Amino acid sequence: MAGIDRLLQLVVSEPFLFYVFSATAVASALGVILQRNPIHSAFALIVTLCSLSAIYGLLGSPFIAALQVIVYAGAIMVLFLFVLMLLNVRKEEPAGGRATRTAAVLLALVLAAQLGAALAGAGATPAAGFDASTASFARVLFGARFVYVFEATSILIVAALVGAILVAKKDP
Amino acid sequence: MTTIPLQHALFLSALLFCLGVVGVFLRRNVITVFMCIELMLNAVNLAFVAFSRALGSLDGQVLVFFVMTVAAAEAAVGLAIVIALQRHKDTLDLDAFNVMKW
Repeated sequence: MAGIDRLLQLVVSEPFLFYVFSATAVASALGVILQRNPIHSAFALIVTLCSLSAIYGLLGSPFIAALQVIVYAGAIMVLFLFVLMLLNVRKEEPAGGRATRTAAVLLALVLAAQLGAALAGAGATPAAGFDASTASFARVLFGARFVYVFEATSILIVAALVGAILVAKKDP
Repeated sequence: MTTIPLQHALFLSALLFCLGVVGVFLRRNVITVFMCIELMLNAVNLAFVAFSRALGSLDGQVLVFFVMTVAAAEAAVGLAIVIALQRHKDTLDLDAFNVMKW
């Protein structure tokens, strides 16, 4: 019994779940970039977004986690899948030359090395008594500093809506 | 209770960002490239959330909120442009879109 209890304690501990969801996110991100069929990429991206949502929850921000599922995995990915099905996308032909692919991977490795070197020194301990509940989030968002930015985003959304309709219309 | 180190969250964020960059370079389908850009935005959001927790400030999470708003607007307009491009060229291959006028 004690062994099972210890195993359970390990499995539900925050760092363990963080690594599990990190592995899921990285594996499905690889799926996004390696799939030939865009629909498969879209589904892999949904898995990435959902595991990122779980990571946000583990990092103590429940509101962002909910927003991630509702806005990203819900609204934005539905839009992507809708367009993919609307356009009847074929499978993609093999990407450009071997040189292009090698260059892409090499450039990404250089970027990864730079980011890794920059982050190697970072090491802050989490601040104690951090309150990231939805109520305190709303107090910051609708506080004096961000309320006008928040109002500006509503204008941005309306502009994007009108623009999208205008661009996608049959005869402009 | 042990907590998640800030550095590990940042490494995950950097890794996801690099995967998005590779995808933008490798893929030729416009919509897949779009999805890779969304992946990069999400990597940045993860860094924001991790720093917000490490510094004990909610400003990072407010920024994530705004990034999500902009991403939604960008996806709507971008996909509308993709539909218009498909209508003009009858393909989604990025190599076909090399002029801004037709």
